[in-house]
Amino acid sequence: MGVNRSKRKQKDPLPIEEFHSKKLKSEKKELEQNGIKETKQTKETKAKITKDEKPKKSDKKDNKSKKSKKSKKSKKIEESEDVFPDDLPEVDLDELASARKTLFDDDDDEDNLEGEELNDEFDLEGNGSVGSDFDSEQEQDQDQPIFSDDDEYDSDDIEKLNVKNIELFSNKLDQEKAEEDADAEEELLEGNTVQSRAKILPTEQEEEALSKGPKDVTISRTRLIEITKVLEDFKNLAEEGRSRTDYINRFVKDVCDYFNYTPFLAEKLFNLFSPTEALEFFEANEIARPVTIRTNTLKSRRRNLAQALVNKGVNLQPIGNWTKVGLQIFDSQVPIGATPEYLAGHYILQAASSFLPVMALDPQENERILDMAAAPGGKTTYISSMMKNTGVVFANDSNKARTKSLIANIHRLGCRNTIVCNHDAREFPKVIGGFDRVLLDAPCSGTGVISKDNSVKTSRTEKDFIDVPYLQKQLLLSAIDSVNANSETGGYIVYSTCSVTVDENEAVVNYALRKRPNVKLVETGLIIGKEGFTGYRGKHFNSSLKLTRRYYPHTYNVDGFYVAKFKKTAPSPHDTSKAGAKEKEAMIRADEELEESIIKDDFSKFEEEEDRKYIEKAVKISLRKKGINPKKVLNGKSSDK
Amino acid sequence: MRSLTEEETKVVFEKLANYIGRNITFLIDNKEDPHVFRLQKDRVYYVNEKIAKYATAIARQNLMSLGICFGKFTKTGKFRLHITSLEYISKYAKYKIWIKQNGEMPYLYGNNVLKAHIGKMSDDIPEHAGVVIFNMNDIPLGFGVSAKSTIDTRNLQPNGIVAFRQADIGEYLRDEDTLFT
Repeated sequence: MGVNRSKRKQKDPLPIEEFHSKKLKSEKKELEQNGIKETKQTKETKAKITKDEKPKKSDKKDNKSKKSKKSKKSKKIEESEDVFPDDLPEVDLDELASARKTLFDDDDDEDNLEGEELNDEFDLEGNGSVGSDFDSEQEQDQDQPIFSDDDEYDSDDIEKLNVKNIELFSNKLDQEKAEEDADAEEELLEGNTVQSRAKILPTEQEEEALSKGPKDVTISRTRLIEITKVLEDFKNLAEEGRSRTDYINRFVKDVCDYFNYTPFLAEKLFNLFSPTEALEFFEANEIARPVTIRTNTLKSRRRNLAQALVNKGVNLQPIGNWTKVGLQIFDSQVPIGATPEYLAGHYILQAASSFLPVMALDPQENERILDMAAAPGGKTTYISSMMKNTGVVFANDSNKARTKSLIANIHRLGCRNTIVCNHDAREFPKVIGGFDRVLLDAPCSGTGVISKDNSVKTSRTEKDFIDVPYLQKQLLLSAIDSVNANSETGGYIVYSTCSVTVDENEAVVNYALRKRPNVKLVETGLIIGKEGFTGYRGKHFNSSLKLTRRYYPHTYNVDGFYVAKFKKTAPSPHDTSKAGAKEKEAMIRADEELEESIIKDDFSKFEEEEDRKYIEKAVKISLRKKGINPKKVLNGKSSDK
Repeated sequence: MRSLTEEETKVVFEKLANYIGRNITFLIDNKEDPHVFRLQKDRVYYVNEKIAKYATAIARQNLMSLGICFGKFTKTGKFRLHITSLEYISKYAKYKIWIKQNGEMPYLYGNNVLKAHIGKMSDDIPEHAGVVIFNMNDIPLGFGVSAKSTIDTRNLQPNGIVAFRQADIGEYLRDEDTLFT
């Protein structure tokens, strides 16, 4: 039983959405009903009348549809096509479909990937518990209050399961579901035709009271949901006399109250998304990402490792079909960071998102590779194992204290081809250049990993979003200059951050494209991810930026992440100098300043032929003024010659 | 970073010979993939010759590690093997001890190997010889020194010590601060 429940808890972002729309529905209804009683709006719309007439009925249906959803959820394992309840037209189906491509696979996919033994175990248990779920719900639905936790009765009735009644119940349920769907649709149609312009924003007096008194987070939350709804369909739902800005300002304020962001950061993040997506993003940041590990292919194989860990009471599953080395941990009876297998270096705890830049880098055997910001070594060791301990990996980190964990991980995982150094990465082409590939996982503000580090919400200021990108730009130029453009197998640079803001991602990449015309963006080779922005709030970036990839916590259930892959096509004009990028930039700037202050030769040319006429004329005039006959003198001169 | 002096080489090899005996030749005479020993600060690294050459580009104070660290010289000039050398030592080990599942965790917490935990062991281990400890799945867990010869261990009490622990992979967690630089 525990197997399935925990899986469902961690899996895909869908439940958030379902949850939303469910909440939206019920809360909206409540609000509307209350609104009529309390505020006594003069403007009465048809919607309210109809709603008032049949509040009981709709309530009942709501419950019913909830119930159907619940049962569907448990059926997910059997019929994956039923994942999306059809009674939720507010949620765009396409959007849902795209959201579903999470980095973490459904159980179905697991079958292809992992050993059969493992699966059989999962499946058997899965079916068993699902069956009992139906069983118990079916029987007790009539008299039980629907909102009670179904956990209580699953465990009691597990014994009742047998193969026959599964089929019976599933048939019965299908029938019931069809009826419910029809009901729900009918209801929704009615609901859709008549929309109200509810008062959501507080008035000025209320606003004042709000800013003084203690904050009520539940109201904030309800309002957040309402505002997103209005912003999605502003034309029809907005209150008269209120502008879009009013709604957005209120939304940002509520985000600050409810999720504890600074107003600056809340607005910055809000601007990246559509209102609904923004709310999802903020909510996803409150939930921890699944624990994942990466098999060290230098010492073990995924199947063997999974077997060993399952024997120790760890509940796991392959991450997805995009990686052959990742495992997702659901729960474990032993500390996953202290098993003998961990200590022997058979795996490393690593976030799923940090597989991506290395996969984009795609290191080949016998290459020379640089990892510019390597600590704590998850990516470095992945590079090393992809190269099967051949070639050389330079692992650099500017923080001496952090190189300890880097060296520890390198040794534990048995990577023999590494050199660990402690330089400021901006010095790089000066220290050693001519690499086949360079990975720059740049230091960043961490707006993609808020779920890991909550302090980001409050600690980031405007200055950080100027300083950090400045450093990133310098690092990226250093990375580009460190690559050998004529490398037979490589010549690639991968830039990645664990941040979602445009300043640290597209803007930096765009800057590098402008400063170094000898690099171009290429496909990252990653099958998932959203395209990078080519324009953002009035800024226009190079159109090739759509080849870069963005990852969000609410769509893929990984940390927020950004990956761009460059190919260096020709040597940089400054590659002759061995100076670091920082010095080079200073040199170029100094040269430019120098050049601006002087007039160069090409400012104006003297045209000898044309000028001669004027010169001769001037000479004649001056001679004449002196009282000399120019014809005599000049002709005499020429005859002399 | 520099190669070892003759005296240093002698000290290192004497130490290694305790554990891998004549197999030491595999470490130094590998024609296809030549490896060398390098000293950086007080630590000895065993590394591919090509990588050692690349590492010369990094200044001494910036070079933190290269290849695999075998151990360090103490201030008194002795050489101490580190757990990081286990990968090579376990590969060429002369004397081996396998411990059962119930002995795994006590050993990884830094305890000596007791007779009760022994799964199997090499037949010809003499007293005070270097041994490598494995678990029953052949995962190397550490190394140490035998307390008794194999024959003597036969009539030992179950709680008698068979091998003294010198290093175990639990140190990756316990001694992360001191083990690496």
